[in-house]
Amino acid sequence: MTDLLLQMTDIRIEGRSDRQWKPIINGIDLSLNRGEILGLIGESGAGKSTLGLAAMGYTKGGCRISGGSIRFDGQELRGAPHSTLRKLRGKRIAYVAQSAAAAFNPAYKLIDQYCEGPVKHGVMGRAEAQRDAVELYRKIRLPDPDQIGFRYPHQVSGGQLQRAMTAMAMSCRPDLIVFDEPTTALDVTTQIEVLAAIRDIVREYNTAAIYITHDLAVVAQMADRIKVLLRGDEVEDAPAREMLANPQEDYTKSLWAVREFRRDPMPPQKEGTGPLLEIANVTAGYGAVTVLDGIDLTIARGSTMAIVGESGSGKSTLARVIMGLLPPWEGAIAFDGTPLPPSSRRRTPALQRHVQMIHQSADTALNPRQRIREVIGRPLEFFLGLKGAAKKARIRELLTLIELDPDEFIDRLPSELSGGQKQRVCIARALAAEPEFIICDEVTSALDQLVAEGILRLLDRLQREMSLTYMFITHDLATVRSIADTVVVMQGGKVVEQGTKDEIFTPPHPPYTELLLSSVPEMDPDWLTRLLAERGEI
Amino acid sequence: MTDLFHSLRDAPVSAWIGIVIVGIYTILAIGAPVLAPYPEAASIGSQYQPWAAPHYLGTDALGRDVMSRLIYGARNTVGIALLTTALAFAMGATLGLLAATLGGWFDAVSARVVDVLMAIPALIFALLILTITGTSVLALVLVIAVLDSTRVYRLSRAVAQGILTMDYIEVARMRGEGLWWLIRKEVLPNAAAPMIAEFGLRFCFVFLFISALSFLGLGIQPPTADWGGMVRESAKLIGFANFATWQTATFGLAPLLPAGAIALLTIGVNLIVDWVLHLSSGLRE
Repeated sequence: MTDLLLQMTDIRIEGRSDRQWKPIINGIDLSLNRGEILGLIGESGAGKSTLGLAAMGYTKGGCRISGGSIRFDGQELRGAPHSTLRKLRGKRIAYVAQSAAAAFNPAYKLIDQYCEGPVKHGVMGRAEAQRDAVELYRKIRLPDPDQIGFRYPHQVSGGQLQRAMTAMAMSCRPDLIVFDEPTTALDVTTQIEVLAAIRDIVREYNTAAIYITHDLAVVAQMADRIKVLLRGDEVEDAPAREMLANPQEDYTKSLWAVREFRRDPMPPQKEGTGPLLEIANVTAGYGAVTVLDGIDLTIARGSTMAIVGESGSGKSTLARVIMGLLPPWEGAIAFDGTPLPPSSRRRTPALQRHVQMIHQSADTALNPRQRIREVIGRPLEFFLGLKGAAKKARIRELLTLIELDPDEFIDRLPSELSGGQKQRVCIARALAAEPEFIICDEVTSALDQLVAEGILRLLDRLQREMSLTYMFITHDLATVRSIADTVVVMQGGKVVEQGTKDEIFTPPHPPYTELLLSSVPEMDPDWLTRLLAERGEI
Repeated sequence: MTDLFHSLRDAPVSAWIGIVIVGIYTILAIGAPVLAPYPEAASIGSQYQPWAAPHYLGTDALGRDVMSRLIYGARNTVGIALLTTALAFAMGATLGLLAATLGGWFDAVSARVVDVLMAIPALIFALLILTITGTSVLALVLVIAVLDSTRVYRLSRAVAQGILTMDYIEVARMRGEGLWWLIRKEVLPNAAAPMIAEFGLRFCFVFLFISALSFLGLGIQPPTADWGGMVRESAKLIGFANFATWQTATFGLAPLLPAGAIALLTIGVNLIVDWVLHLSSGLRE
């Protein structure tokens, strides 16, 4: 038996758009030995997922494999009949999707979904499969492995679901598993557990894996070998440690360098200026659930305050309270010494225009039916009363400011922009109101690292030019390191710790800050092993 | 506008068939006085003539030219159905969008009123009201429009609720935009595609409903030509059809002509609706 499991040669994949076939993957070779983990990295649109799926002989709708060969354990998959592929998929090649919450059928219990594969493929009977599921749930360190399978997907957390999905992929003990960004949607603290679980179980059964991600630090923990893709072409392919230590290509180097952006600290504020925003004892929630519990914050003029915490810690709710979308139950918010009415409906446009917000997902924050001209033009008209030529001139100015060419972009629809460009347009819309204070709610978390860095640099430049004050909501501590002056750590609707960036990042930390800080993956390939050893989880 | 031409060029054959069918009906309806060889309600020959020149589709029980009545029927049935659907949409969509955007008591009250209306079988409700009010065209249009607006209300409210959870709505609310702006500029453009598709479907239902009422004698009243009524008048002829010769067999076909006209238009509109739904769903396969 040879060690070579998967051999893809000169793979070409095309996608259909605008009534013609356009290349997505331009001839990539990929080989994988048994038990080897290959990390596929690249920006969105690089073709990582497409290539990963092609390893199963599958393409998404509207795509086709137009050239090359895919040999899995000596068997050609390209052009193989569906019946052959069906016997392989799930049994010998499995797939773990990015969002386990969307990939599980909400109407069936976890264990029933687990059993489906083995029973259909005739690997084992139902009772045996159920016993096996419990066994794997235990190995993958799910809590209460005997019972958890009898819950429905909505009854377990996101991290647990992702682990259950991995267990499910393992059910037939496949030779190859394709992991498509399995931890991208998870918090750093949860991510650790999932990464450790995946790594252990894959090693135990000597399963080969293709691990797709855009997070370099994650791939550094998981992969034996890394392949870097850029717009359908291979950039570099090398053993993980070698590539991490000594990247060869310029593009790989630029990916590595992204995390090194540090902005210069803001000059200390002038004497005699009071804080820009004061939040005093704010308590708020939805229905009977308290989400924010007695929050006190002051944000100095011209500074950047980062708010960090896991999902569910109340970060975004705080933003909604400040914006007046969710009137607080108790407490007061003052902007520049003026109390802000709790509901945005009672705020005058003159007051509201100083406080703007940029959303996490630029996709949903832009009306798909409005052209860029209307998106940016509306706040100009609404807050500043600009019309006609003056308005158009200002739109062009703003587009130039966010580094988009006005002639090219002014009449585009949001669907004709890339993710980073959309986020820039959202920034321009916020700037159009000429605000003093901008809340940035996870503005970079949906973006690739290179693009995200561009947005951070842009925000930094704008802050210096227009003396803006930012409140930066994020769960990514790398972003905090690069952009914040002061940091607030939130957990369960309460402020755990607050202070300047140096204070927060210098030990000793309160336990929660410690957990959060230590969970951020580092580029060191031994980081996960070391961390788990320190935490005593092995 | 260029988008529209672009989509039209890409339209599948089925959509084109639908467009052609609806196009022909439209031409017939608008040009009825010019295209129809004889007047709508005049008795111009002996009764029950077979299909031969100059009455290519024969004459009916009162000696009226069937082809002319079919052409005028397009105008009456389709015209009234179109008017009714438009009215149903004006009422239903306005209320539905308002209910979704405003929420609160307005949403609760209007939703319950609509539930009550929907709980009563439409045909029985229409028969009851039309018996009380009498069978004028105005009453017919109003009753069917009110009944159908409940379905439009449900749809527009559901679609708008989905749109209202989007961040761009939050951005507009944070800006302090008024209700009118929210509905007109933020919600409506995004709700347009499913609403247009629903308009097509609703039109079919209204048009079948009117035909059904006419068949029962409570719809469009004679001597105005309409297809539902024509089916009723000629239905009894099926029994007298003699399929020995081509000429005598036409009696059996007489009720099928208006019924076929109804069916063909329904199919045509549905073919277009399928295509619009496909476009709006964003599927590219």
